[in-house]
Amino acid sequence: MKKNKSYGMFSKEYFWRGLMTAGGLFVIILTIVIGAFLIYKGSDTFTVYGHSLGEFLGSADWEPMDNSEGGGAVGALIFIVGSLCTCGLALLISTPFSLGSAIFMTEISPKFGEKFYRPVVEIFAGIPSVVYGWVGLTVLVPAIKTVFNRQVGHSILAAGLVLALMIFPTITTMAADAIRSVSDDCRKAAYGLGSTRWQTTYRIVIPAAAPGIISGIIMGLARAFGEALAVAMVIGQTTALPTSIFSTTKTLTTEIAAQMGNAMEGGEMKSALWTMALLLFLVSLLFIWLIHFCGSRQLAKEKKDAKGKK
Amino acid sequence: MKNRIRKARGVDKGMTVVFYAVAIFFFLLLAAFAGKVIIGGFAGASPEMFAFARKGSIGNQLFNTIYLVFVSLVVSVPIGVCAGIYLAMYAKQGVFTRFLRMCIETLSSLPSIVVGLFGYLVFLVFMGMGKSLLAGALSVSILTLPLITTTTEDAIKGLPEGYYQASLGLGATKWQSIFHVLLPACIPRIMTGVILAAGRGFGEAAVLLYTTGSGSSLRWGNWDITSPTCPLNLLRPAETLSIQIWNLQVNGQDRALANLSSAVLMLLVLLFSIGANALSHRIAKKNAGENT
Repeated sequence: MKKNKSYGMFSKEYFWRGLMTAGGLFVIILTIVIGAFLIYKGSDTFTVYGHSLGEFLGSADWEPMDNSEGGGAVGALIFIVGSLCTCGLALLISTPFSLGSAIFMTEISPKFGEKFYRPVVEIFAGIPSVVYGWVGLTVLVPAIKTVFNRQVGHSILAAGLVLALMIFPTITTMAADAIRSVSDDCRKAAYGLGSTRWQTTYRIVIPAAAPGIISGIIMGLARAFGEALAVAMVIGQTTALPTSIFSTTKTLTTEIAAQMGNAMEGGEMKSALWTMALLLFLVSLLFIWLIHFCGSRQLAKEKKDAKGKK
Repeated sequence: MKNRIRKARGVDKGMTVVFYAVAIFFFLLLAAFAGKVIIGGFAGASPEMFAFARKGSIGNQLFNTIYLVFVSLVVSVPIGVCAGIYLAMYAKQGVFTRFLRMCIETLSSLPSIVVGLFGYLVFLVFMGMGKSLLAGALSVSILTLPLITTTTEDAIKGLPEGYYQASLGLGATKWQSIFHVLLPACIPRIMTGVILAAGRGFGEAAVLLYTTGSGSSLRWGNWDITSPTCPLNLLRPAETLSIQIWNLQVNGQDRALANLSSAVLMLLVLLFSIGANALSHRIAKKNAGENT
């Protein structure tokens, strides 16, 4: 009887352990399946329709046939350039402001920053992107139209501004975390040598927190790169290479969002769109790798500092 | 020498002013943004927009949004909590665990449109579901899964080591300690993660674009679960608030309605993130009280 009971107890133990492991396994399988499907679908462009990788990445000739015979052109350069321009512009606008805000809430006014500024910024990280897009469309686009005297307000500039506002909370909170984790000894030593607050921040704190700050910037970049609908609302959706920040164009995500519903299943157009999705997936993997790289740099730095102390 | 000190001090003062200006500027910008969306949305609304009608109202969409997020959480919370417990308690350091962590990171940084395409391919093309609430909810749960997993893991690892040791010392098995001691102790923290995940689900649009479809003709009072107009039917098309904004933007009509749905959507998200913040503050306070 007693033996039986303990047997039941252990089988329960194994059962639950198995269930928890299954949860972990599910996450792995899901990720692999997503990756596999993207590769399987995205490789059709190259295997079935015989386009070269060079054509896909390097040509601006985008005229895929919407049938399974193929023979069109699948140069995705327009979308790649569009994505790079909008994200680059967003980073260019957002990074200085985010860094400024992060320094403000950690170095200059830590009490107010921790109690008030940080929660507010964090809340804004959760605002849905369609809302950003909609406000961009109703406020920003007409404003650009009148201020710069343009025929249309839809532009890379509008997309860059919307994305900049969107990634501001991400970069700010991550940069603030990195700056806060710089040891107080560094600051005290700098002050002891007679530095002003700005000199301490600029020469000591920022370089020490650099890997963390760069991770934050990459996170922001990843968010901007994957954003579809907010950008689609304000970028104007014309298939042409951009010539200035006022020109309308398309990005990888907006083209997928706009065309996927119309394209024929298994057709050349659909495969090309899947290849673009695969490209997005690979780029997000690259971002993760970069963040890890920065993280290991940070660890190495801390280890070196710790050794120096001894 | 004196000059240099004076210059350094001047620069220091100047930079302080610059940082104040940047912080205040962005603070005002965010406040103006929130004010514009919420006040502007409700100011331009007419009473019939709050109705549950077929067209020109947001009632059905609001219901769909909440229902869809609820269904997606029903799927992702158990799996996410299991995976989190596995990572915190059972996983051994090794290739498998490292790979699992990498997978979680990959999932959490996937562009939402890619998840949407995956959902479209699996649920619609392979399973032949048709655009439906269930397909959308399952796709959204892919997005919320990593968030719930990491918060569960952090919650369990954040507990004092004494909880687990004391439970083992009283003769409980590993699973009994997890289920009866560790899990109840970190439920508030897991709840915070779930609320954050819900907030993310509310605003998701790119994922739903090809999975849930648009239009929603609901007949309230029709509780036959197989009928396409029954509100609780999982296999009907379901337009959420965010998709509604997108559709109105495409058609270019009825700005007031889109303004109102963005206002309601924003309020919903603000409510949930403030709730999560308040909850985590309470936890922090409680923990601080314990330590002293």
